[in-house]
Amino acid sequence: MKLHIIIMTLLLTAPLKASADKDESIWNNQLKQHFFAGKSIEEGENIIRLDAPYRAEDPALVPIKVISQIPQTSSRYIKKILLLVDKNPYPFVGEFELTPESGKADLAMRIRVNTYSYVRAIAEMNDGKLYMTKTFVKASGGCSAPIGADLDAAMRRLGKMKFRVEDAPAPGEPTLAQLMISHPNITGMQMDQVTRFIRRSHFMDQLTVKFDGKTVLKAKTDIAISADPNFRFYFVPNHKGELVAEFTDTSCEKPTSRAVCESGSRYSKSYTVDP
Amino acid sequence: MKTAHFLTFPPALLSFFLILFAPLQLSALEALKVRQVADGIYVHFGVHELPDKHNHGAIANIGFIVGERCVAVIDTGGNPEEGERLKKAVEQTTDKPVCYVINTHVHPDHIYGNIAFKQPGVEFVGHANLERAMLSRGQYYIDKAAEQLDIHLSPKNIIPPDNVVKQYKLLNLGNRELVVTAHPTAHTDNDLTVLDKKTNTLWLSDLMFSGHLPVLDGSLKGWLQVIEKLEKKQFNHVIPGHGGLVSNWPQAIKPQKDYLTMLLNEIRAKIAKGVYLEDAVNQVGLTARSKWQLFDEFHRKNVTTAFAELEWED
Repeated sequence: MKLHIIIMTLLLTAPLKASADKDESIWNNQLKQHFFAGKSIEEGENIIRLDAPYRAEDPALVPIKVISQIPQTSSRYIKKILLLVDKNPYPFVGEFELTPESGKADLAMRIRVNTYSYVRAIAEMNDGKLYMTKTFVKASGGCSAPIGADLDAAMRRLGKMKFRVEDAPAPGEPTLAQLMISHPNITGMQMDQVTRFIRRSHFMDQLTVKFDGKTVLKAKTDIAISADPNFRFYFVPNHKGELVAEFTDTSCEKPTSRAVCESGSRYSKSYTVDP
Repeated sequence: MKTAHFLTFPPALLSFFLILFAPLQLSALEALKVRQVADGIYVHFGVHELPDKHNHGAIANIGFIVGERCVAVIDTGGNPEEGERLKKAVEQTTDKPVCYVINTHVHPDHIYGNIAFKQPGVEFVGHANLERAMLSRGQYYIDKAAEQLDIHLSPKNIIPPDNVVKQYKLLNLGNRELVVTAHPTAHTDNDLTVLDKKTNTLWLSDLMFSGHLPVLDGSLKGWLQVIEKLEKKQFNHVIPGHGGLVSNWPQAIKPQKDYLTMLLNEIRAKIAKGVYLEDAVNQVGLTARSKWQLFDEFHRKNVTTAFAELEWED
């Protein structure tokens, strides 16, 4: 009898477990309600595509790319891109606001993925229409993974920023820029139970990049952004001007609640672009 | 019939019997196989495998050094049972008590046997950064141990050092002095080496890999600096963390130095050209593939770690 029950249980749970890996219940039951209650979202790759490794080399440093399929024009453009990792303890990765001045709504960054999960991007157009794409990533432990290999070096250069702009930007053309930010982006989940020692979360929460005073990218970010945040985005340099990045950081009481947070410091960096 | 009765045992009673038998099972463990590589220095050589559910993380070189007064254990293995088996090997080799357990760094394959040696009179020795690394990684390691190694640990298995080494320290085992040196960030940010002055043997642990691809979890530049410092010295024997006994120092470290130097040069060149991390992992260092075991398992991760370090060079 007992043996039969065991075999039955095995037979029943094995296929369930395999499909449970790729399940969308968190999206369907929680995230969709939370972020888009009452709205309809078209799924497909006509507006944006998402590129990520199927198996992550380092779960705390997973490179992902959002590739836009349409140009940013003043009449039709992607206004906002929301990135989520369904099964992260705090699924919200970031919300990125873009403008016609961005030229192209492509984004690239490095994120933390805590377990086998869908990563999804939802684009909101200037007319309010929503488009979603998703990709599955196999990773494990990205949020609790140890703070960077050399924490001392990371803390010493906290707040430092570097810009890289593609060589010879053509005036009036969307130009690729890379922004590197030195910040350990501590999740608040990197802790120990022996001593109850918890390193409080400490992460970048707001980022703005302007060219010549006009916003090209405005982001609200969270703990799923990797240590030393690294972003790529487009802007359109029509003439010589300053590319200016400014970010703030915060520290929250609980890693998965934003109810009690203390704001941190403000950092900025400017870079002259001469197309 | 018997099994049927067994199944109908009340669970509480069953676990009572399991508790009774647990110590018996431990004492039935076989001593770990060790080899005397120099007078009084015993090493259990590990295997070049990924830590998994079959080997339960028992893959690293671990062992002990016997003095006239007492014994220093150097690394305790990848699971509590391996620690117990190492302890048994010590007991079969000498009647001297263990006085030091030296953890060469925080990685699970070197520290998960610690609890086997926890008793009054035993001092745990570690790098000044070891406790911090244990604190920040402890829970993560414990969770992963169940999932990946099929071993069940609790925070009590991860024992922080009570004797902390900031630069170097002399430990006397009775007419036998060990020089324990704390290194700047290299393989990890908490690497210790142990020099036995009597035989001029350097227990280098994971600052050296031989056969098994070196695994970077600290600083690429720092690791190369440590190698450059150590290769100027003469040692009769060197014990790597993974790989066989070395008797031709410093030639033996050359393959590792070449690999790390290649990573440094190729990744710097990629960064200078504006190549992105996700592309660099598919381009850097593939020519080294045939020279190392576990290349596919660790190389791309090494490139990722090194890239994240080097992109912040000025």
